[in-house]
Order: sequence, then C-alpha cells, then structure tokens
Amino acid sequence: MIFGAKRRRGHQGFFALFEHLDSTVDVCKALRAAGHKGFRAYAPLPEHELLEEGLALKHSPVRVFTLAGGLTGAATGFAFTSWTSMDWPLVTGGKPILSIPAYVIIAFECAILFGALSTVIGLFINAGLPNLRPLVAYHPECSNGSFGVYVTAPPARAAEVKEILSRHEPAELREEQEGFDV
Amino acid sequence: MATADLTRRGALPNPDVRKYEDVNKAVLKVLSRPGKGWWTLFSIAVAGVGVFLVSWFYQIYKGIGVSGLNAPVGWGVYITTFVFWVGIAHSGTLISAILFLFRAPWRQAIYRASEAMTVFAVMTAGLFPLIHVGRVWHAYWLVPYPNSRFLWPNFRSPLVWDVFAITTYFTVSAVFFYLGTIPDLAAARDHARGLRQKFYRVISLGWRGTDREWHHFSKAYIYLAALATPLVLSVHSVVSWDFAMAIVPGWHTTIFAPYFVAGAIFSGVALVITLAVPMRKFFGLEEYLTVKHFEAMAKLCLLTSMIVLYAYMTEYFLAWYSGEPPERGSFWNRVFGHYWWANWIMLTCNGLVPLMLWFKRVRRSIAALFVISIFINIGMWFERFVIIVTSLSHEYEPWAWGLYRPSVVEMGILLGSFAWFGFWFLLFTRLLPPVAIAEMKEVVPPPRRGKGAS
Repeated sequence: MIFGAKRRRGHQGFFALFEHLDSTVDVCKALRAAGHKGFRAYAPLPEHELLEEGLALKHSPVRVFTLAGGLTGAATGFAFTSWTSMDWPLVTGGKPILSIPAYVIIAFECAILFGALSTVIGLFINAGLPNLRPLVAYHPECSNGSFGVYVTAPPARAAEVKEILSRHEPAELREEQEGFDV
Repeated sequence: MATADLTRRGALPNPDVRKYEDVNKAVLKVLSRPGKGWWTLFSIAVAGVGVFLVSWFYQIYKGIGVSGLNAPVGWGVYITTFVFWVGIAHSGTLISAILFLFRAPWRQAIYRASEAMTVFAVMTAGLFPLIHVGRVWHAYWLVPYPNSRFLWPNFRSPLVWDVFAITTYFTVSAVFFYLGTIPDLAAARDHARGLRQKFYRVISLGWRGTDREWHHFSKAYIYLAALATPLVLSVHSVVSWDFAMAIVPGWHTTIFAPYFVAGAIFSGVALVITLAVPMRKFFGLEEYLTVKHFEAMAKLCLLTSMIVLYAYMTEYFLAWYSGEPPERGSFWNRVFGHYWWANWIMLTCNGLVPLMLWFKRVRRSIAALFVISIFINIGMWFERFVIIVTSLSHEYEPWAWGLYRPSVVEMGILLGSFAWFGFWFLLFTRLLPPVAIAEMKEVVPPPRRGKGAS
C-alpha cells in the first residue's frame, strides 16, 4: 500500500481520459454492468454523481475509526484524571477527590484528539496513502479539469473494455501491456 | 449543496469562474516566483521576528522583571496577546468546519487562507505561555507529568484544562489543514517543474484523486469537521474559564464562555477580511474572492459584534444588579478609572464602529470593510486587556489595588508576534495553494457533454 501499486500479471491496462463528467459516469456504469470490478475512476474533486451514481460507493469504514478513536480518547481522559487523583488522594479547594465535572473537560479534549487522529489513520489505511512509489496509472490532467478511468483486463476481455471506453469518446486512450493493480 | 441547485438559484458565489482549469491556472499562478512586494513584506516580517527574539532573549537573560508584571497585576500584555491570538484562530475552524457542515457555498474560496491563519495564530499564541512563565527552560512543567514524589498536577485547575485544549486544538487544526491541502498539493505537483515538483510530490503523499481516495477522504473530512466544531467552541470556553473560575471581580461570571467564543469569531473573521483584501489584490484573485464573500463575512462580523455588545451590557447590568461593592467597583473602575481609555477604545471599536455594517453599501465596499476590520482587531485586543488588567488592578481590598504599565520589552514582543504570524502567512501564500483548488471546483458547474444530466 505505502509503496504503491503492484503489477497485475497477465492483465492489460487501459487509461482513458474524459473531458466530461457525464461520460465518465456512463463509462463507470457500463463497466460495472459488464461485470468489471476493481477499476479506478479519477476526478479533480469529490463529485457525488461519480462516486454515488457511477460507482455506487456506499459507507466508508473511516467512521468506525472515528468512533473508536473518540471513545478511546474519552475513556483515556477519564481514566487518566481519575487514576492520578486516586493515586495520591489530596483534597484541593474542598473538592471531591474524583471531581467528575472537571474531568469531563479533559476527557472531552482527549476524545476529540484521539478521534481526529484515528480518523486520519483510518483514511490513510482505507485510501492507501501515503503512496510513495512513482505515480503509475495516472494522468496529470486529472488534478486539473479532466476525469479518468483505469481498467485492467485479461487479454480475452481487452477488446470489450476498449470498446466500452472508446464508445464514450475519451480525449485520450492509453494502453499498457501489463496493467497495475490499483 | 449541489452546484446544479446553486446555478438554478443564481446563487453561485463565483459566477466568473466557468471551468475547472481556470481554478488551477489562477491559483497555481500564485505559487510562482515572488515579486518585489512580497520580498519587501517578507523582509519586514523577518525584521519584526528579530525584534521579537531580541526582546524575548533580553527578558530571558535579565529575568521577568523587565516586564511590567508585578503584584497585583500578574497577567498583562502576554496573557492579553495569548487570548487575542487564540481568538484569532477561531474563525479558520469556523469557516472550514462549521460552515462546511452548514453547506455555506461561500466558504470554499476563503477557507484555505483562514485555516492557515488558524494554524499560525495558534503557533503564535502557543509562544505566550512560554514567554509569560519567565524561566522558559522550565516550560516543560506545563506538561502534565508527576513530580519527583509522584504527585500529579491538579486536574481541577482550568490552567491544566487549557494545556489540553490548546494542544488538542493545535494538533487537530494542523491535521485538518494539511489533510485539506493534499489534493491541491497534488495539483501543484502536476503543474510544477524541477525542485518544486519534488517538494510537492513528497508532501502530496502520492495523491492521484482516485474514487477510492476521494470516497474515504470526503467521509474523513466530514468526521473531522464534526469533531472540530465542538472543539473550536470548547477551546475559547476553556480559555475563558482561566478567568471565570477565579473569584476576581469582573472575571467570575457564567457568561464568559459564550461571550469569549463570540468575541473570538468576531476578531478572527475581521482578521480574515484584513488579510483577504490585499491577497485578492496582489494575487489577482478578484474572481475568486468576490464582493459576495466579503459581504457574507461582514454579516458574520455584524452578528458576532451584536453578541459581544450584548455581553458587555449584560456585564455592566449584572455588576450593578449584584449589589456587590467589589463587583460594582470593578466595573465602575473599567469605565471611569485609570484605564478608562482602554475600555472606551474597546466599546468604540467593537460596539460602535461595526454598527456601520448594518448598511448594505458598507458591507459591499471592500475598502470600508478593510478599515472596519482593523478597528475590530484593535478593539478585540483591548477587550482582553480590559478584562485582564483592569480586573486584576482593582480587586477586593483597596490597599491591594495597583497599576500596571507595559514595558518596552512587552511591546516589542507584542509587535513581534504580529511579525512572526506574518512570516508564516507570507511563506504559506507562496508554498501552498492559497485558495482550495478542489473545493472551489464544487461551486463551478461540472463539464458535461450534453445539456442536463447523463
């Protein structure tokens, strides 16, 4: 993951660049209808039409990381303040040894801190970042104004993939003898 | 909100930006070689950082006695400036997280700069506790760890809460800021050549904008915004409890948390305006930071100004209504005592001048907003000065009253803190895309082959 994509042996790779959002959505729908999985769409922004209609992406597991991090943080904050107060019970300001309302603040800050950091960890694990290998299966126009689709297919299905891609008038169609597992 | 809805309502905040490519071109152009103006400002900032360091080192060498701090006023310009910069930080998170959750379409163009402002303002604020403690080599005592006899710090103290609040705020806002820039750094990488490209290649973490990346990214962004929203409200509440938890007359009130949060957003938005006006001009971003954006920020300033003014009036009223002589004396002293001028600067800048924002013509005049925003920032610094210094100088027993006069060293550090902030902000405008490229595209209609949906 960290070190980027691996070669997919015996599969050809196709990269098609599209200028229009609707053609990209259509290509993704057509590829899914033809039973292709594991192809990648590229976009310069998180366009809902592409992600939800074109690719039918549902929930992201990142939310589990957020929840787990937040709960861990809250528990840590309470445990830390309570344990340190119990460790040497010293009355200050006439307050109870376990001053729960005061500890809520620290538990709250820890919940946010842990929750945020574990959200980032969740994002990195799920999205495969950081990706330190040279960029493969990519086109620099995809961070500018164009959309892209990258598909790998065994030689038997290569013609079909090529037909689907070129049917939607790509601005550019690139073929690779050996595709990448993206 | 989908761009289609905005187009239909004629509510696109940037009607002159038509294509995705225009956004990249206009924003990445800023990341080229800096011109003379930038170098002049940068040299001034470096010189100011020099003043800051010389003042601080002088204080470290001679001791905290070179400041004006003494009994009874033990908190002065340093704590005032600390609270000021923490407050400034709040608008960034407000715009990037709270307005994100509210789907305000005008946040896109302004949020990167205000978020950068947040990070740098917290970096500036964070120096002030270190300066204020005097013996900075003992600053690690702020970190909660047990002493040599294994007694832990008192977690009932608001000062300890503040350590947690500020470190969490700095970490989370820095992470949020960096995460948001990753797709734009990839755009910068694809545009740049040579050494710059290598730099962007490393810090963009190999982002390619795949569906998988965007899918998890946009979800992670929502969760981070949902975490940052209560965080930003909590941070200035905790800062306000540094005061409100004490029994000093003028501090010990329950209104402090919302009053401080509103004041923080007020000053922060004002500084966003102060910085956005020259940025827009020098970098040719007029199509991006439009009058619509400035008007929206002016409305935010007006709203928070009203809340702050209401809080001032409530404070005066409750001081009178309480019937407590020390409480009444403290507020009488604020308005008519030795520091009357500070109080009246505060009331004028924060209460009276922003009233002009009721007029649409003022809200839509960028020059007027620039001037008003500077007044607000002066006023908000004085607000903290008034709260901290006048209250401490006039507590319960008349024989314990005393005056405080900031020293030259404190003034050097105060002015230097602006230079330190400016230093980072200027670097930011040349190294990172100052307008969020990917987010801007959300308010530009997507390119379609045919008219209508696919």
